[in-house]
Amino acid sequence: MSRLVPWLTVGPAVLWTLLFFILPLVLMAWTSLQPLQGDGPGLGNYVAFFTNPSYWRALVNSLEVTALVTVLAVLLAYPFAWVLAEQVPERWQRLALVLAILPFWTSYLVRSYSWLLVLAEQGVVNGALVGAGLLSEPLRLANTRAATVIGFVHFFVMLLTLTIFASLKQLSPSYRKAAADLGAGPLRTFVYIVLPLTLPGIMVGAFLTFVLAIGDYVTPQILGGNTELLMPQLIMLQIGRRGDFPLASALSLILMLVVTVAYLGCARWLRLERV
Amino acid sequence: MTATVEVRAVSHRFGDTVALDSVSLAIEPASYTVLLGPSGSGKTTLLSILGGFLVPDEGAVWIDGRDCTTLPPARRPTATVFQDYALFPHMSVGGNVAFGLRMRRVARGQRERRVQEALGLVGLPDAASRRPHELSGGQRQRVALARSLVVEPAVLLLDEPLGALDLKLRRQMQDELKAIQQRVGTAFVHVTHDQEEAMALADHCVVMNHGRIEDQGPPERVYLRPATRFTATFMGESTLIPGTVAGHRDGRVVIDTPLGRLEIAADGPSGGEVTLALRPEHVRNGPADGDGVPLGTGVVAEVVFQGSFKRVTVQGLAVPLLARLPAEHPVRPGDRLTLHCEPRHMVLLTL
Amino acid sequence: MAHRLPRVVGALYAALIYGFIFLPVVVLVLFSLQATTLPVPPFTGPSLRWYDAVLSDRRLTAALGNSLLVALLSSALAVVLGFLAAWGLARFRPPGSGLWRALLTLPLMVSYLIIGMGLLILLNQLGAPRSRVSAGIGHVVINLPLCFAILYSQMGEQQARAEQAARDLGAAEWQVLLLITAPMLWPALFASFFLSVTFSWDEFIIAFLLTRFDTTLPVEIWNLLRAGLNPRTNAVGALVFLVSAVLVASIELVVLRRRRS
Repeated sequence: MSRLVPWLTVGPAVLWTLLFFILPLVLMAWTSLQPLQGDGPGLGNYVAFFTNPSYWRALVNSLEVTALVTVLAVLLAYPFAWVLAEQVPERWQRLALVLAILPFWTSYLVRSYSWLLVLAEQGVVNGALVGAGLLSEPLRLANTRAATVIGFVHFFVMLLTLTIFASLKQLSPSYRKAAADLGAGPLRTFVYIVLPLTLPGIMVGAFLTFVLAIGDYVTPQILGGNTELLMPQLIMLQIGRRGDFPLASALSLILMLVVTVAYLGCARWLRLERV
Repeated sequence: MTATVEVRAVSHRFGDTVALDSVSLAIEPASYTVLLGPSGSGKTTLLSILGGFLVPDEGAVWIDGRDCTTLPPARRPTATVFQDYALFPHMSVGGNVAFGLRMRRVARGQRERRVQEALGLVGLPDAASRRPHELSGGQRQRVALARSLVVEPAVLLLDEPLGALDLKLRRQMQDELKAIQQRVGTAFVHVTHDQEEAMALADHCVVMNHGRIEDQGPPERVYLRPATRFTATFMGESTLIPGTVAGHRDGRVVIDTPLGRLEIAADGPSGGEVTLALRPEHVRNGPADGDGVPLGTGVVAEVVFQGSFKRVTVQGLAVPLLARLPAEHPVRPGDRLTLHCEPRHMVLLTL
Repeated sequence: MAHRLPRVVGALYAALIYGFIFLPVVVLVLFSLQATTLPVPPFTGPSLRWYDAVLSDRRLTAALGNSLLVALLSSALAVVLGFLAAWGLARFRPPGSGLWRALLTLPLMVSYLIIGMGLLILLNQLGAPRSRVSAGIGHVVINLPLCFAILYSQMGEQQARAEQAARDLGAAEWQVLLLITAPMLWPALFASFFLSVTFSWDEFIIAFLLTRFDTTLPVEIWNLLRAGLNPRTNAVGALVFLVSAVLVASIELVVLRRRRS
């Protein structure tokens, strides 16, 4: 009986994951080898991806947008988290942090939609600029790559503030005291002590940003519109309009491969199990 | 009288490390046994095997006339008091003590009575509704004791139960443990690395080292007549004097040592290398008279004031000697001392 | 004066980021409160017209019910599965436990879109209908790794010893789990359940792909979004935000009060 306990406890979760996660992926891989019509199985869908510029353009777009979003979000969030952790009095920090991530809890569809309200032709920004006489014609802000990036950055600044704040708070104050005691000024303390010690937290947050952003369909669809396609939009297009599951599967697996390569590339800095 | 616990030739390894090497041990009913040894000596491994948390690679454990070697902890008549007490933080003190009875499906009324009894026994009759985190270290220790005693085990196992307490509390809890053990009449097996604790508590003291039992017996015997060199230096301090057996005369052993030829009343081997152990408190200041064994004159190298006595290291003799002088003795480093001892205080060791 | 400058710059920067974070939410809520058919400036005065419209919309209220149902049930299942697995792997280290751990956390690395599409292909292969059940299954797949990771990290030495003590006192394994481990891990269990509910509640793409008639709230919001700028969407969004904010605030209060006591 007691020998069965490990299997009875671990088994259900493992079975669930195998059945509803691994098996679908296997089916997807198998589907990706099927042609939409005609011939037998083959690598046709993958060949199509690499030979059709409008397909791999979507991957390039995705990588460009995601990289930009990740860098911008880290650059904006780090100083913000630092101000929260260092300059806000201890007793208000929790409140400050909860406020900083409050919009995180809104529906993420609605969050993207809200930016549409801000950026649309009749929206708040254009309204203010035209009203103030700074512009004669409203700018085209919505349905652009910039809108997609703003929507993403908004979300990930909150996420990264949370993770960077946590790693700043985990830092024992005695490191900083020791550095100061040994003659380092605030700037050098930051460069040689604080930044290296918080780097793992930043890396984990940045990787999370990358993974979540590159796979997201909603933000580019609502804010970027169809001016340019990102990978998830291209995938959804195959399922929705054309019912082309084989091509959609091939595209999905290529997207997964990209994420895996990114993971292996920075696995050294990512010890996800420690988060 | 049959033993409550019998450990028969138990061996256990962790990877390449031999934790226990063919250990045999008998524990008498209603006795207080202390397993004493440095860390890594195997004492905790032996306790885990008694408690059922480890199944030994070889050998058998019999408890109350039953082979319990492979029985899980829940099914053997032992209860363990863990080192950090392992009190359930989400239950009240009463809930903690009642837990074992609940598992045994004891009816509520009887359960409450027995919990009260057990808490009374450990001197916490009013603590039932309190939470473990509200208690002091000593009180938690008592709750852990009550929780294990309430299920009336044949043997109570205590894993360094006083290790987390400060020195004063430790000495006080020591006396209480002994009193409680005598009141309930359960066999206690207690693991510690503190030799003073061992001597104060034990009816039967088991000295362990490197996975083996070095010596066992009443603490007086183990202290005064240690069986091995390890025991002589681990149970209190000793100066070890190497020697060679030169022969026997009138039931005494004649031994050549760096301090000269000595005669000891003992049974000994007829030849070969031996060791003489001498306790610091048996080293006398002054020249030898009558039966005394002269140890020579040396220079005081170090004096450590210990409160009730001064611990003195004397060098310049053939062997550096440890001695105890009265606290008020004006000895200082650099002083010359002439030392002797009585032959009956020299212990002949062959191991 | 010189050393006050960084503080001033810091405060200004923080104000700027707070502004950026709250700008869309404020705009959303503000223009949900005007009666015009376009939620755009100029602001024409408060009205609850669109809240009234939204709350009497059968489709939306039905979707809300579906969302709650799927979120609560799938989260409960994810927590139970994750808890059992974390306990089994942490305590017994069965052969291949590194592999099982990797397998159980793997779905975290895969985009929801791909998980949803995989399940859709599985459904098609089995000829099974799309429903609340299939969406719930998908939500367990995405939340199980999270629950597992959180709970596995909480399986500390202190619990392990308390469990040993319970076994020593005669508890069977299921009693250890129910009476010792689960109560001791109560905060972590609650946190992972709460996080799962939030993620499931907010999840769109899997529900979009895997439900058909009994859609969840995000899918209904998506349908509203197709109409472009629409005051109903503002009202729904503001309501969702309000409920979440109240929920988060109350949990904060509970946590803070607990920590004080």
